[in-house]
Amino acid sequence: MTTRSEITRNGIWSNNVALVQLLGLCPLLAVTSTVINGLGLGIATMITLVLSNSIVSLIRGFVRSEVRLPVFVLIIASVVTIIELSMKAMFFDLYLVLGIFIPLIVTNCAIIGRAEGFASRNPLGPAALDGLMMGLGFLSVLVVLGGLREIIGFGTLFAHAELMFGDAAKALVIEINPDYPGFLLAVLPPGAFFGLALLIAAKNWFDLRPVAQHQDASAVSAETV
Amino acid sequence: MSSVFVSSPYVAPVNSLQRLMIQVIIALLPGTLTYAWLFGPGVLINIALACVFALMFEAAVLKLRDKPVMVHLTDLSAIVAAWLFALCLPMHSPWWLVLVGIGFTMIAGKHVYGGLGFNPFNPAMVGYVVLLISFPREMTTWYLPASVSGATLSFSEALAYSFGGVDIQQWDALSSATPLDQVKTGIGQQIAISDIRLSPVFGQFAGKGWEWISFAWLIGGLWLLLTRTIRWHIPVALLLGVVSMATVFYLLDMESYASPLFHLLSGAVIIGAFFIATDPVTAATTDRGRLVYGLMIGCLIYVIRVWGGYPDGVAFAVLLANMCVPFIDYYTQPRVYGEK
Repeated sequence: MTTRSEITRNGIWSNNVALVQLLGLCPLLAVTSTVINGLGLGIATMITLVLSNSIVSLIRGFVRSEVRLPVFVLIIASVVTIIELSMKAMFFDLYLVLGIFIPLIVTNCAIIGRAEGFASRNPLGPAALDGLMMGLGFLSVLVVLGGLREIIGFGTLFAHAELMFGDAAKALVIEINPDYPGFLLAVLPPGAFFGLALLIAAKNWFDLRPVAQHQDASAVSAETV
Repeated sequence: MSSVFVSSPYVAPVNSLQRLMIQVIIALLPGTLTYAWLFGPGVLINIALACVFALMFEAAVLKLRDKPVMVHLTDLSAIVAAWLFALCLPMHSPWWLVLVGIGFTMIAGKHVYGGLGFNPFNPAMVGYVVLLISFPREMTTWYLPASVSGATLSFSEALAYSFGGVDIQQWDALSSATPLDQVKTGIGQQIAISDIRLSPVFGQFAGKGWEWISFAWLIGGLWLLLTRTIRWHIPVALLLGVVSMATVFYLLDMESYASPLFHLLSGAVIIGAFFIATDPVTAATTDRGRLVYGLMIGCLIYVIRVWGGYPDGVAFAVLLANMCVPFIDYYTQPRVYGEK
């Protein structure tokens, strides 16, 4: 039985959907050209994960294992359709920007992966928490990658925030240098690969650091002995 | 007396990486000087800036990777890559353009793969292509040769331009579409080649000024062949590729396709054939493979020029061919003597 803190740590850091499992890369690479795009898709994916994980967990006693995958797909597709229609109703401009990637959340392997790997074997509480934390981990990578690409690519941050938060959010837009010529590579698909690779490298570097220090310390103590 | 029997040859040439690179630099001189003479000192400023930045990046990355810094800096490979990269840039480029390009050349083109000898792609072309797709405005602001525009920037003016001290608008009159650009847009507008060639940027064979630079690259390239720094297979196959494609289409329709001579002496074909495609690290390694590789680049250059989105295609062609090198090498291994 996994504890809550374990689920949280797994979802956000040590088993992060984007940086460790490398799942759902298609939307991750395609829509993260700005922070707001990343945030929009991240939130949609997170809600999908929570809802699909909860429903799968609730019905896990009734579904025979032979038909579980089609049932999971049906549940996920229904949840995504609900989210797509809600986004169309509430954030129509953002919906237009994210376009095909909202319905494509269905194909995000992370969602069926969590349904099969976690939610179908755990009660409602942990399953919903797992969905939330996995979604949060995915969301944070989308936002960081979006921010990285937006700063390097356009020299701005939170551009088009009004798509999500209404016209008042136009004040949020930060323009770092008005003369910035823009670096198209960061906005184009190669920039997404470069950016994701850098984030994965940074995470690995951060994770390996304590080990290196430990080795240094043991090497020093071995020398002194 | 040593009793060890030494067989001939008794005088062995000292072939080191540094010696090789010095030969390439010497071979680059005639073309570079002709370029600077015809288009002004901005060319030399680009090269100097690129070399300084390249050495800085190289030293920093070598330090990060715990490699001996001086050994790799003095082999001059960074200088040659920077030089070739700088020659791709428009004559007058802001310093940050050079910095970003060299950064990609050295880090994304070379060191992420493990440094010199391990890079699958030509580093200078990686840097150039990154700039070309990222900064279309800066990378397409070309200037006319002095013989057409009647003026070039002086050394101090060019320097001021590089470091952003001067307004760009002032010299808009000196900038123009390159001959390749004019042919491409002209044909796109259904203008006949003979009419396009009435424009003042055209000289005897190709672009005024450009054609003489191509001849100067040819001299440097022939010297590289004579000193056996490069083998003949790649340049000959590459030029053959361009010429044969151009001849076929020229004979089909002389008013819609430029002459083979124009294609040969425009843009980066000659320097590409002798200096860029022949990079020993990224080119094919068997003799038959080199012929295939050169031919492929030549044909691709023509295809990109005529039907692609860019006026010249040497960099893209070289990178695409670089990708095929393992495949080419695999299928062109020479037969081992005695085996079927």
